[in-house]
Amino acid sequence: MIEKIICCGFGGQGIMVMGKFLSNLAIEADKFTTYLPAYGAEVRGGTAHCMVIISDEEICAPFVSVADTAIIMNEPSLSKFENRIAPGGLLLLNESLISSLPRRKDIEVLKVPFSDIAVKLGNIRCANTVALGTYLSSKNIAPKEKIDLVMDKMLGGLKQEVIEINRKALREGMKYDKS
Amino acid sequence: MEKTFNLPQSLVDIPTHYCPGCGHGVAHRLICEVVDELGIRDKIIGVAPIGCAVIAYKYWDFDCCEAAHGRALAVAVGIKRCRPEAIVFTYQGDGDLAAIGCAETIHAANRGENLTTIFINNTVYGMTGGQMAPTTLLNQKTATTPGGRKAKFEGYPLKISELLAPLPGVAYIERVSTDSPQKIIAAKKAIKQAFVNQQQEKGFSLVEILSPCPTYLGMKPPDAAKWISEVLSKEFPLGRIK
Amino acid sequence: MKNEKLNKILITGNEAIAEGAIQAGCRFFAGYPITPQNEIPAYMSKRMPEVGGVFIQSESELAAISMVMGAAATGERAITTSSSPGISLKQEGISYIAGAELPAVIVNIMRAGPGLGNIWPAQSDYFQATKGGGHGDYHNIVLAPSSVQECFDLTLSAFDLADKYRNPVMILGDGMLGQMMEPIQTKGHRPHTKGPRSKNQKPWAVTGCAGRAPNLVASFRMAEGEMEKHNIHLKNKYDEIEEKEQRFEVFYTDEAEIIIVAYGTMARIAKGAVKNLRAKNKKIGLIRPITLWPFPKKAFAQSPRPNTQYLVVEMSNGQMVEDVQLAVGGRCPVEFYGRTGGGIPSEEEITKIIYGKDV
Repeated sequence: MIEKIICCGFGGQGIMVMGKFLSNLAIEADKFTTYLPAYGAEVRGGTAHCMVIISDEEICAPFVSVADTAIIMNEPSLSKFENRIAPGGLLLLNESLISSLPRRKDIEVLKVPFSDIAVKLGNIRCANTVALGTYLSSKNIAPKEKIDLVMDKMLGGLKQEVIEINRKALREGMKYDKS
Repeated sequence: MEKTFNLPQSLVDIPTHYCPGCGHGVAHRLICEVVDELGIRDKIIGVAPIGCAVIAYKYWDFDCCEAAHGRALAVAVGIKRCRPEAIVFTYQGDGDLAAIGCAETIHAANRGENLTTIFINNTVYGMTGGQMAPTTLLNQKTATTPGGRKAKFEGYPLKISELLAPLPGVAYIERVSTDSPQKIIAAKKAIKQAFVNQQQEKGFSLVEILSPCPTYLGMKPPDAAKWISEVLSKEFPLGRIK
Repeated sequence: MKNEKLNKILITGNEAIAEGAIQAGCRFFAGYPITPQNEIPAYMSKRMPEVGGVFIQSESELAAISMVMGAAATGERAITTSSSPGISLKQEGISYIAGAELPAVIVNIMRAGPGLGNIWPAQSDYFQATKGGGHGDYHNIVLAPSSVQECFDLTLSAFDLADKYRNPVMILGDGMLGQMMEPIQTKGHRPHTKGPRSKNQKPWAVTGCAGRAPNLVASFRMAEGEMEKHNIHLKNKYDEIEEKEQRFEVFYTDEAEIIIVAYGTMARIAKGAVKNLRAKNKKIGLIRPITLWPFPKKAFAQSPRPNTQYLVVEMSNGQMVEDVQLAVGGRCPVEFYGRTGGGIPSEEEITKIIYGKDV
């Protein structure tokens, strides 16, 4: 298998953390992986994005020109990245912050109010974790225990309440999937 | 009869390449006398500049390292930070320290690097043929200020010692000269202080030596010495600056 | 195929270089901030104190390379890192280091130029890195990693080569390689020591002359004939390096009608194109120079076919192509394709250039 993912949104939404989570999960699942962030002035304000590849084979180009999945967290990113999804690919859309509809008809679209769910859980900053939950329940990247393991590793050292809310956010996100 | 005046152990006994009346030889010797008196020959590392003193290490019988023009203090920082137990000094002219190496000088001083700098101010670039230095006096003629240095075009003599003094990292700055035996004794005392400061980890110490360059001042050696005491010391006053 | 997890950690190319340096026993870093290599000084500022080393954010690149010269003169393993405009400034010190025969490692995470250019990945400093860069008759050894693992591994090699030949070694990466993350293994390479490890190991170092004659580290040789003698000595050293240290990877070159030549980030993209095309029975392969100087001429000594075509692909307007032409020696045609200014040829683009659209 090879799965190419673009995560995008605005600076502060934890876009880079999403990408790193997916790459760390790939390591736990004994897969090859690359993570490529956008860097420079672009990461402050405006759109932020990163590209992740997970594969059973050694990965050549780390750049994702055509994605199997795009996780799009804000409106400007939709117009920027909608055309970069492969036909039949998956688009996870943050319904809370995106009012326009995707123009593409040849892709699968899953609209979930990631930010609203995060606010309900008590911290809008965990919207990225909600989105990760939805993605992981839609795609079979790694078993549940590996996901929990990576979550614990990446949250290690943070305050207990932050860890708890992210665990909840992941579970909430997992309630949505493409089926 | 007892021999009372010897060549310092740290000074190599070879003929000098400096011009008659040049101040470098005196400064080299004073450093070596201080090195001997403090007993630090086996742990001193000198950093030679680019300029007339580029081969200062030929005269110094201890470990030395070259630096690119103006970068002596950067090289010294690299050495001292890796070998804090060594005593590290730079020997730099006015062009090296106050023109091309101005940034390195200010930042090494501002970081309070535990180093000693011997700064030879003779108001000209000697090795390249007597061009204007940052410390050249107003109206002083040089190879590149044939009508004399004019403030309007070339600015003013740069008093780098006074510029460095307010920095908190600077422990000690003194301006001395080598134009008379008494002043040479005072110069040696200042050089010794600057090395003792490093032994005591006090931070950045600098001794500015007003030094004659008869060749490019166009003077006989005694006149060059007189010019230092009567003219140059008026613009660059001697004494403890910090 | 499974990629066994082992002790793998997810890390950027920049951090892999930094950790590689630490594990190579490097205990001195000086540098000045510039994108896209800022992760290296950030990592070093945290890591160096942990291992008893020195981290200095210098006032300029000029100062940084001279600080490295001073550190290297004491026998310590020392590194400085920067990106293209900063490396231009460092050429002064690199030339002095080469002249004084000091071991030092310099990292260039290339961005597009000339001038300020932009911060996106490029390979347009190849000439500067491999043909000297600073003034005088000298060479850097230049290593070009293509993966994050190789960023780590080649940094270990860089320090060994620098010490072995008393010569500056440059690691030439680019913004994409520096910024991207891949899982790598870093454990088990070297014993981990705290503090300076190279004390008294280098008889030429300036450490204070207790118990021996004074040492001098200098590039200046004024006496008649002395500099020429030194230049000849350096030339003999460079000849030895050219003979012994060429490194390259060949990929699917058997019976190849077309061989792509690419290094660094460009090579891994080209590898993807070659893989896809081989799956479609196209007789295409890849030569990836790992040492850019010495250029791996040995990889071109024999072509798989008399009429094999070489295609050099670079993120520049063609700087390595001349070295490939020299290595091929007119036996086979050498073509070039490149993008520049931050543009990166994609796998699809390379395929299209070679075979047109219908592959």
